[in-house]
Amino acid sequence: MLEIKNLRVAINGKEILKGINLKVNKGEVHAIMGPNGSGKSTLAQVLAGREEYEILEGEILFEGKNLIEMAPEDRAREGVFLAFQYPIEIPGVSNTNLLKNALNEIRKYRGQEPLDAMEFLTLVKKKMPIVEMRQELLSRSVNEAFSGGEKKKNEIFQMAVLEPKLGILDETDSGLDIDALRIVANGVNQIKNENNAFVVVTHYQRLLNYIVPDFVHVLQNGKIIKSGNKELALELEEKGYDWLKEHEAEFVAAK
Amino acid sequence: MTLNNELKNWYVTNFKMFEEGLNGESKSKFHLVRKDALSKFRELEFPTTKDEEWKYTNISPLLNYNFRQPVSIRLKPEQIEKYLFSTKDFITLVFVNGFYDESLSSVPKEIKGLTVKNLSAALKENSPICEKYLSRFAPYQSSIFTALSTAFVKEGTFVHVEKNAVIEKPIQLLYLTATGENIITNPRNLFVIENNAQVKIVEIHKSLEENVNFTNLVTEVVVEGNAIVEHVKLQDENLKSFHISRLEVDLKKSSNYASYNVSIGASIARSDINARFNDEGGECTLNGLYLAHENQLVDTHTLIDHAKPHCNSHELYKGVMDDKSRAVFNGKVMVRKDAQKTNAFQENKNILLSDDAVVDTKPQLEIFADDVKCSHGATIGQLSKEGLFYLRSRGFSEELARTTLIYAFASDVVHSISISEVRDKLEEMLAEKLLK
Repeated sequence: MLEIKNLRVAINGKEILKGINLKVNKGEVHAIMGPNGSGKSTLAQVLAGREEYEILEGEILFEGKNLIEMAPEDRAREGVFLAFQYPIEIPGVSNTNLLKNALNEIRKYRGQEPLDAMEFLTLVKKKMPIVEMRQELLSRSVNEAFSGGEKKKNEIFQMAVLEPKLGILDETDSGLDIDALRIVANGVNQIKNENNAFVVVTHYQRLLNYIVPDFVHVLQNGKIIKSGNKELALELEEKGYDWLKEHEAEFVAAK
Repeated sequence: MTLNNELKNWYVTNFKMFEEGLNGESKSKFHLVRKDALSKFRELEFPTTKDEEWKYTNISPLLNYNFRQPVSIRLKPEQIEKYLFSTKDFITLVFVNGFYDESLSSVPKEIKGLTVKNLSAALKENSPICEKYLSRFAPYQSSIFTALSTAFVKEGTFVHVEKNAVIEKPIQLLYLTATGENIITNPRNLFVIENNAQVKIVEIHKSLEENVNFTNLVTEVVVEGNAIVEHVKLQDENLKSFHISRLEVDLKKSSNYASYNVSIGASIARSDINARFNDEGGECTLNGLYLAHENQLVDTHTLIDHAKPHCNSHELYKGVMDDKSRAVFNGKVMVRKDAQKTNAFQENKNILLSDDAVVDTKPQLEIFADDVKCSHGATIGQLSKEGLFYLRSRGFSEELARTTLIYAFASDVVHSISISEVRDKLEEMLAEKLLK
């Protein structure tokens, strides 16, 4: 589904990603872990099409299509969804308005008829329990005066309604108490199926207790320095990222 | 300066013809006011950017024209119906080229407690209320445009709501300019709302054709004790025209006045809005929205005079500026020595959509009392990049994302309009303007 080949990315002339290779198949959950400043969030933002980043080299293929050349909206319409680390507040635009427009723009792109008000409402109602979304939040402005937990829930709720093929969670667990974390993770697990895939960017292992990854990749200094299965996350939790620094040295030396 | 004098002479000469056209009405008491205003007009000079009040607004384009007195023309109902709210739900007065058109208007024979009629009819009848208040609040001694307007007062709307009368039906005033090159109209409104009375008034200024016209509007509003007035104005003239307007509001004890001033059209649009609290307990809301593009210039000068204690004023003006347009906002709040326990809030927010658009904003608080709450803020910014990316990452096209953000920014100015038809229409119009 997603194939990243030797991706090098810079912002303001500084290279952040220094040659990323990653392959994600449908039905898989990939966790990207790493210390602060390793480039995790950059990778998430670049996949969604944030324009401030400069692509120096490499390829991102999504279902065989070159993602790098696509506008952010076309990536969304193709089925890429980024759950933001810091969801944006948009005063004056209601959640309903955002979802309805987003859904119908995506449907239009795919040659489907727009949903009418009733069909839309039915769909939204059906998805609300996934993250225990409160009805009154729907008519409120997007993320405005939402608590940290509500914002993250809202991201997953949008994902539930838009049904992307690839969900990218950018530190969705950061700032969440354990109850909110459970709801959010539970939501993702309900959305997950054999036809979609997830890239879960996180600093901590605890989210991965709930969303169990098929693969764990450790990102450090702009490179994936180690990949493994879910055991790797536990090992990292126990030994810390410093343990891998030695590992990286070995890795480089072995080359 | 000679050009200035020539232009003034032009209007003075026109006054003679205007006077003849008044027939018997030139013998009325009010005609002395007109003549006095004309003599003030002769003495005053057209402002230049050296005048502090006109520092950022160069009106010389307006002085290039010899605007003429209009001639009356007939329009068919179907030509204007799209500019009107339902005449079933609104009391309707229609003016075309400055002339009242009775056949296009729809004023119920009798509504208890309400007098609403075209101004010339009120003057002809020697309405004592009209004589008492007309031109009492608009200072033609110091403003050349108000002097010009007052000298040429002929038509407009007179609304008088008697004590305790609550007028359910909103009143709509449609001022149209149609055929005729370079015409000037001087519409004049006088609204007098007595104790405990309530009324809602909507005025719409619209040009039907692309001629260069000049609307020189003056509105005086008297809000007596405990009365409530909601006043919406939509200025949607063509982009070649000039629109100069003055609004004077006189607030009495515990009265409540709200103005919604939406300015979309005209090449130069200037509004002077002055509200005075003349007794305690008053509430005044001045909200406004201006959208400008191409080379439009929109200038709003407001003054809220807290002359008495325990009054609240709220002011929110927002602007969306594109292309080479310019906006000027000057918001003065005066809190006099006696006006303790004043609450005064003012905000002016602007979004620039192009690199060439300019906003000059100047909040001006003059506070002479010590136990007051006053705040002001002014912002000039661009559309939030983060907001745009967020919406696009959800599938919104760039265009739709921009429109959505601008609409969200602008529309809250009109959200609190209580007449739902008016609010809906303004919102719809905004969306349409932004989407084109």
